[in-house]
Amino acid sequence: MADVALQPNRGAAQAARKRSSLHKMLKRKSTVAFLMTLPLILLIATLVIYPAFYALHLATLNKSMQRFVGLSNFEFLFRRETFWLVVKQSCIFAITAVVFKALLGFIIAHFVHNIPAKGQRKWRGMLLVPWVIPPAMSTLAWLWLFDPSYSAFNYTLSFFGIGPIPWTGDAMWARFSVILVNIWVGAPFFMIMYLAALKSVPEQLYEAAAIDGANWWQRIWYVTLPMMRNIIAITTLFSLIVTFANFDIVRILTAGGPLDHTHIFATWAFRIGIEGSDIPLGASVSLFMVPILAIAAIFILRDINKRGNEA
Amino acid sequence: MADVTLRKVVKRYDEVEAVRGIDLDIADHEFVVLVGPSGCGKSTTLRMIAGLEDISDGDIMIGGDIVNDVPPKDRDIAMVFQNYALYPHMTVAENMSFGLRLKRYPKAEIKSRIDEAARMLDIVELVDRKPKQLSGGQRQRVAMGRAIVRNPKVFLFDEPLSNLDAKLRVQMRIEIKKVHQKVRTTTVYVTHDQVEAMTLADRVVVMNHGRIEQIGTPNELYHKPATKFVASFIGSPAMNFVPCRLEDLAGKLHVRLTDRIAFPLPPARAARYQGIPRTDKLLLGLRPEHITEARPHLAPGVEAFDTVLDVTEPMGMETLIYFTLEGSQVCGRVNPNAGAEDGAPLRLAVDLNNMHLLNEVTGVVL
Amino acid sequence: MTTVTVDKAAPTRKVKYGSMSRDRAWALRWSYFFLVIFAIFSLTPPIYMLITSLKSSAEISAATNPWWVFHPTLENYVGLLTSNQFLRFFWNSAIVSIFVVTITMLISVPAAFALARMRFWGSATLATGVFLTYLIPETLLFIPLFKMFAVIGDWTGIQLINRWYVLLILYPTLTVPFCTWIMIGYFASIPKELDEAAVIDGASWLQTLTRIFIPVAFPGIIAATIFAFTVSWAQFLYPLVFTTSTDQLVMPVGIITSLIKGDVFNWGQIMTGALLGAAPPLIIYAFLMDYYIAGLTAGATKG
Repeated sequence: MADVALQPNRGAAQAARKRSSLHKMLKRKSTVAFLMTLPLILLIATLVIYPAFYALHLATLNKSMQRFVGLSNFEFLFRRETFWLVVKQSCIFAITAVVFKALLGFIIAHFVHNIPAKGQRKWRGMLLVPWVIPPAMSTLAWLWLFDPSYSAFNYTLSFFGIGPIPWTGDAMWARFSVILVNIWVGAPFFMIMYLAALKSVPEQLYEAAAIDGANWWQRIWYVTLPMMRNIIAITTLFSLIVTFANFDIVRILTAGGPLDHTHIFATWAFRIGIEGSDIPLGASVSLFMVPILAIAAIFILRDINKRGNEA
Repeated sequence: MADVTLRKVVKRYDEVEAVRGIDLDIADHEFVVLVGPSGCGKSTTLRMIAGLEDISDGDIMIGGDIVNDVPPKDRDIAMVFQNYALYPHMTVAENMSFGLRLKRYPKAEIKSRIDEAARMLDIVELVDRKPKQLSGGQRQRVAMGRAIVRNPKVFLFDEPLSNLDAKLRVQMRIEIKKVHQKVRTTTVYVTHDQVEAMTLADRVVVMNHGRIEQIGTPNELYHKPATKFVASFIGSPAMNFVPCRLEDLAGKLHVRLTDRIAFPLPPARAARYQGIPRTDKLLLGLRPEHITEARPHLAPGVEAFDTVLDVTEPMGMETLIYFTLEGSQVCGRVNPNAGAEDGAPLRLAVDLNNMHLLNEVTGVVL
Repeated sequence: MTTVTVDKAAPTRKVKYGSMSRDRAWALRWSYFFLVIFAIFSLTPPIYMLITSLKSSAEISAATNPWWVFHPTLENYVGLLTSNQFLRFFWNSAIVSIFVVTITMLISVPAAFALARMRFWGSATLATGVFLTYLIPETLLFIPLFKMFAVIGDWTGIQLINRWYVLLILYPTLTVPFCTWIMIGYFASIPKELDEAAVIDGASWLQTLTRIFIPVAFPGIIAATIFAFTVSWAQFLYPLVFTTSTDQLVMPVGIITSLIKGDVFNWGQIMTGALLGAAPPLIIYAFLMDYYIAGLTAGATKG
């Protein structure tokens, strides 16, 4: 009888003890994990998430930041011609630059992939240099190459009877120039990503395609592109974000000029918010980057998850 | 050195029960092998003993102490992993001594233990190499060495030979057995390979669907399987199962396979099966070695019948034959000189003294 | 009969073989041709920096052939490297970058380890959040951050604006998310059994991180370090917004604001400064190219 009474009692006690200490252990492991991620969480919360919402708040204040004005900053922007110029230029700048970067990167990656493997390292090394140099520094070199009176390009072109070209002086040429420099900086990134993707396509697929009678163009269309689709998508979207939010190149090359024709959101926000000391209006301008960035980010996230599922 | 006891151990992942209440007593010095198909819960059980998985219910005891909540490092165990899990940035000696160094053993002690283990495993000349420079078999030895130097209460092996090729596997199997004979540490060994289980174990634990099907010595499992699962899992080629019924013919108990074939049971078997209802659907279980070519004089309990072979597989010392009985494929082993040929008729003999009778529905061996 | 067919077949086959390798040879020639063009395009600006940096002001304003140095001189280098102001920029950049790299690694490596290995409530969400943070550009945040630091200065009296160390707070927002993200990828690629073996060997979580994971994922650590360094060295917007006094400036902003005086461009010195500013990343790249590229491609190929 005593035995019977004792047995379940002990079982219950054991179970209780087990559960509580198990709980403790789990708690300890997650406590350690939490502590390890705490600096990261704090950093993101205070210096990324908070300012992002703070920007929303700032955008609703008047210039002296003492009065809530609702959406009137936005209304003001919508009435200004320069704003629509910036919207247009931002889109032209980002889309043109990204398309050419992607095309150029794809072509260069193919040429690098074509040559014997032992030479590839050297070429890859040279072609990535534009990406390695800090953009602020290399844009200075471009600025000097585009100099109105001493342009080395115009000097060279004059031998062909062309020019002198107002690289940064004329609105259309200035737009061309900032896009050109952006392509110069960004194409190597595409090249390196595509090269990595090309290397991951199994050689047997090309051999099988060749045996099936595919020519080089069909091989690219039916083998290379489908295999690289995900990398192309991620790289392009990523570059779209970075290009859309670009600052350094436009700021140093044209500072938005001539006559605000090369301003993009970031440089215009800087001009208004920091140089013009109208922080609420500057914040409003920079907020216009959010929709495009959010869309691109959603697609990137989807593609990255897809990659994860494939693996 | 210690014994290991599992009491109603359960592992639940959300809704799924991976291990559904396991009771197991492993004696000191014993070599126990957990065997079963993938997903049967054997690895989970081992990992619960190691402390790498929390247990959802029940108790695990090592050396008499409940270790449910004891972290792995305090359980005094050592584990050998399937992919060896050698630290790639450490030399063999550093790999083996990592645990001891963490516990701040004196240098001299560490060195002597490494030397001893390296000698035992024949890897003395490898101690300064990195894992990358080792072959699969050598890595396996180092992984064992890492376990040995710890001198733990229990060795745990998680499918340690699966990544080796067939030849090396046989060799390492012998190696593991030798090591166990020397160090005599209680060992729990998980594998899906029944040959490994049979050759290594003092006792084999056959698991299926998170439960123990049968515990026994290799011979017990082979000759007295408790269930159809064990009977078919242990032995290669596997045991044959033919649908059958019991029938009384001329006052003797017969097992009827087809309309044409019914064998009288030997007296011992007849007595054992007498109580089974004649209408029950049964399975006759026969190992291939008990289906051979018929000799002129049949021993008692051996019955002959004629069949037409489907396929033969000459193995050299014997020939495996395949034929069809009541829709099931049956395998037998005959002498290479018995004249077995693809598609040819052959007179065969079954040894009913070694037969098993199973309930077709429950799979229980009667 | 047979001989005839063989005779007929042999030449056709030969021709096909020949055309095949000829095609390949041409493809190779075209590849090299275009690669040379692209390489010229890529290297023109840095080479032009070098050419200009070796010219005297007189030669630059004489408007001789800009692609050639007729009277090479090191006066621009001497001028900059003896200028306290320029050395101050260089020193500020170096200090900021080294601190930021250290801070970044101290934050991101443990966080990546916890996120890759110690699954806890919300860890998957946090990992995704880290990646999203990495996608938020600095151009979106500089205005609210500027105001935030101004407000903090007003409230607490801690002056952060126009102090070089404000960059130590700002740069990690750019480096930590990416470094954490690629370290998660590197850590996740380490077999699970390795930390289980370490746990059984008696290692604590911290020991598993420092004695197993960091050494094993060392290439990833180097890649992340290079990334953090190049980002902090090259960052232009934050120092432009947050620092103004010459003694607080870092290289990129310093060169642009101090060497460009009104409309007077001292191009020899500017190009020299730009080249010196580009030198540290270029040197690191030259020696650690493979790690650099691994880090570059890791963002999209891992995780």
